[in-house]
Amino acid sequence: MSKDDQILEQFASKEYEHGWTVDIEADSAPPGLNEDIVRFISAKKEEPEWLLEWRLKAYRNWRKMTEPNWANVHYPKPQFEDIIYYSAPKKKKTANSLDEVDPELLKTFERLGISLTEQKRLTGVAVDAVMDSVSVGTTFKKQLLEQGIIFCSFSEAVKEHPELVKKYIGSVVPSNDNFYAALNSAVFSDGSFCYIPKGVRCPVELSTYFRINAANTGQFERTLIVAEEDSYVSYLEGCTAPQRDENQLHAAVVEIYAAKNAEVKYSTVQNWYPGDKQGKGGIYNFVTKRGICAGDYAKISWTQVETGSAVTWKYPSCILKGDYSQGEFYSVAVTNNFQQADTGTKMIHIGKNTKSRIVSKGVSGGRSQNSYRGLVEIHPRATNSRNFSQCDSLLMGDQCGAHTFPYIEVKNKSSQIEHEATTSKIGEDQIFYCTQRGIDEESAVALIVNGYCKEVLNKLPMEFAVEAQKLLALTLEGSVG
Amino acid sequence: MSKLTKEQIDQFFISQFQSFESKLNGESKKPLHQVRRNAFEAFRENGLPVAKNEEYKYTNIAKAFGRNLNVEALAEEASEFTTDDIQKHFIPDLEAINLVFVNGQFNESLSHLQNLPEGLHIQSIKTAQNDFSDDFAQHFHQHSIEGADSFSSLNTAFTNSGAFIKIAKSAIIEKTIACYYFSDAERKDVISQPRNLVIAEQNSQANMLETYVTLGNNSSFTNAATEIVIKDDAIFDYYKLQNESAKAIHVGATLVHQLGKSVFNSSTFSFSGAVIRNNLSIAVHKEHSETNMSGLYFINNSTHVDNHTVVDHKVANCESNETYKGVLDGKSKGVFNGKIFVRQPAQKTNAFQSNRNILLSDEAEMDTKPQLEIWADDVKCSHGCTVGQLDKDQLFYLRARGLDEKTAKSMLLNAFASDVVNKIKIEALKTLVESKITERL
Repeated sequence: MSKDDQILEQFASKEYEHGWTVDIEADSAPPGLNEDIVRFISAKKEEPEWLLEWRLKAYRNWRKMTEPNWANVHYPKPQFEDIIYYSAPKKKKTANSLDEVDPELLKTFERLGISLTEQKRLTGVAVDAVMDSVSVGTTFKKQLLEQGIIFCSFSEAVKEHPELVKKYIGSVVPSNDNFYAALNSAVFSDGSFCYIPKGVRCPVELSTYFRINAANTGQFERTLIVAEEDSYVSYLEGCTAPQRDENQLHAAVVEIYAAKNAEVKYSTVQNWYPGDKQGKGGIYNFVTKRGICAGDYAKISWTQVETGSAVTWKYPSCILKGDYSQGEFYSVAVTNNFQQADTGTKMIHIGKNTKSRIVSKGVSGGRSQNSYRGLVEIHPRATNSRNFSQCDSLLMGDQCGAHTFPYIEVKNKSSQIEHEATTSKIGEDQIFYCTQRGIDEESAVALIVNGYCKEVLNKLPMEFAVEAQKLLALTLEGSVG
Repeated sequence: MSKLTKEQIDQFFISQFQSFESKLNGESKKPLHQVRRNAFEAFRENGLPVAKNEEYKYTNIAKAFGRNLNVEALAEEASEFTTDDIQKHFIPDLEAINLVFVNGQFNESLSHLQNLPEGLHIQSIKTAQNDFSDDFAQHFHQHSIEGADSFSSLNTAFTNSGAFIKIAKSAIIEKTIACYYFSDAERKDVISQPRNLVIAEQNSQANMLETYVTLGNNSSFTNAATEIVIKDDAIFDYYKLQNESAKAIHVGATLVHQLGKSVFNSSTFSFSGAVIRNNLSIAVHKEHSETNMSGLYFINNSTHVDNHTVVDHKVANCESNETYKGVLDGKSKGVFNGKIFVRQPAQKTNAFQSNRNILLSDEAEMDTKPQLEIWADDVKCSHGCTVGQLDKDQLFYLRARGLDEKTAKSMLLNAFASDVVNKIKIEALKTLVESKITERL
């Protein structure tokens, strides 16, 4: 066995480090989905009539839809009848301080390295932690409220700011947008709601940590971010999940609305259980993320680091409706073992002088398949628009695959679109250069890959960049191409 | 005239096949007919591709067909052509062996089959299937090539009298093998389905040109297929020139089966037509082969040009290069899809692809999708594509030096097209393409 193979073997046999289960009694709905379950979820959450109607409408649409199969991923179809669509930690009352939070929960967070207290004291990050669908702790809420910023769980927003929720929910991702968005609209359990009023620059990075718990629970988050005129917000989302055998479905929806001159930065680090090295288990991650630059000069920026999940199917998109609006997409997707990722973005240029930039870096190892699928569409009205896309793939090992499916549609003569893509492995000369200078092969690979992803990692907020780098280093440990 | 739906068109072809089959006097026992039947079944299963089909997302042939062709009154018999009628369509000054096809049928009397250079054999498929039964058994529709679709199945089903071209081992054919496909739409609409099989034996060299001409003002539908087998150490140059009438719908498949240390060069030039769809599919089966593809579409009015190319690298140590360029004016629409597959055993593959486009009008549209699918790690693959307009600084530079806008523009567009045009090795064709570009400007 050559050295490469040995190191690959080490890499391949690495177990998921963040896997464990915490026993918290869940208040669950019976498995399966029908109108009664939708009503049950809505009733549990004490929702107003209009929201129930909205859910039911989505449910009826979903019934008529079929699962999409165009993505370059293969997996056993989820059994929608076996999923428990609602499960909440038993202590449901809202916690005003961390003392009231279930200590078991706090322990979980501590193991993940995101102790709420620590976060609160040291980093100044307000954390809205979602544990199995119901928000259990929201910090910094008061400070934020003073500026008029609303940052709370989705169910809370439904109760306290129904007019805002009603106005914006489904405005970016309609409830019948696609199969999984419709499913989410029907059964979404909770999520985050964020509203930045006119002219306010959010002083802290808003952050939500998702964590899937309780066996057989699909997680259906719904996030809605509304940035009014001249506002700014940076939003972080990150996840780790416990190790388990059965595939779990995660179908989230994220909607971002940016008014004139507003800027929203959305960053994700995703590290869900990818399945073991035989490809057994792991999370299915079918997410619909979309933002609209509704006003002129608005800007939405997506940054993602994807390292987990057995199957990922995710295309954070920007609709550039306002003139001079901007969309950005920075992505690092790392797949290993039997992971499959089909990810990319859509940039829909509608307004004049709109700009978009796509930087996608894929790293595939083991027997994984990594695809970039993107669309850049320039409407006839979108004169003088500009797009630059770059997607690079790095292959480690000869059993994996990297694929690029960029769609470019241009309908006027004054726009300029550039796309470039490369696929290669780490150059032997690069490794040689490093080893010659006394850096061992493994560190050399980490160094090169980090350099390769730097363009994207640099876009992450500082707190997150540290975590992402750790994750990359951990995923890459022992991997040499 | 009522518009036909996809189902009606499928049905039309099915009944056409049945009547075609009934007229095949005594041929139905031959192996070729079994191939026809299989292809027909493959076609019948799916029929014409619809817009939902990913490969035909931007080009709806069934719709164009249904709108333009009157299948109830198709030309049964082609007009009697004389050499004089067709001679004027030949490329001037081209040193060529001219092969003439009328409505898809190989016309031996109009073709130049006398005094063929040594090592070149040309015969109608009708008789060649008996004389060269081994070659047919091995190669005719025998290679499954990624990118072959319902249209190529349909073409195979209607194989009747195409040309069989064979270049003998170590033969070097200097003259161009020029195929002229005439569709006679003088009196009625016409459907042509020419089908050729080309075999370049070991160590041979040849170059081939295909060009399509629709005569008259009625609509034509051409569904052409040319299979090319390139054996070890052979070099084969392939050119396709499309300068069709505004009522011509063209689907053309070029299916190439490439063996070791061989070189295949292809150049496609599209200037006019109603809807043009080119499927260029190349499967590389043996190591150390080289594949070069280039294309230029210089279109205006409402011409729709769709170039789909596939290079399937199945083995290691091969190289492929692809450059397609487009200039789109008027209401024209361009589509490009370039696929590069690098299979797991195809280590040390170098594949490069580029697609660059200039839009000259706000009503023109370009949809491009360069696609890499790679399962091998030790490779160097890249693709790039751009859609834009003439560089304002460059225009300014030229205008500042006293050139008027038109001259400056045409100079820049000529320069843009030049790297594709310069790949043409046949002088007469190069002159013709250059004059076409100048004419456009």
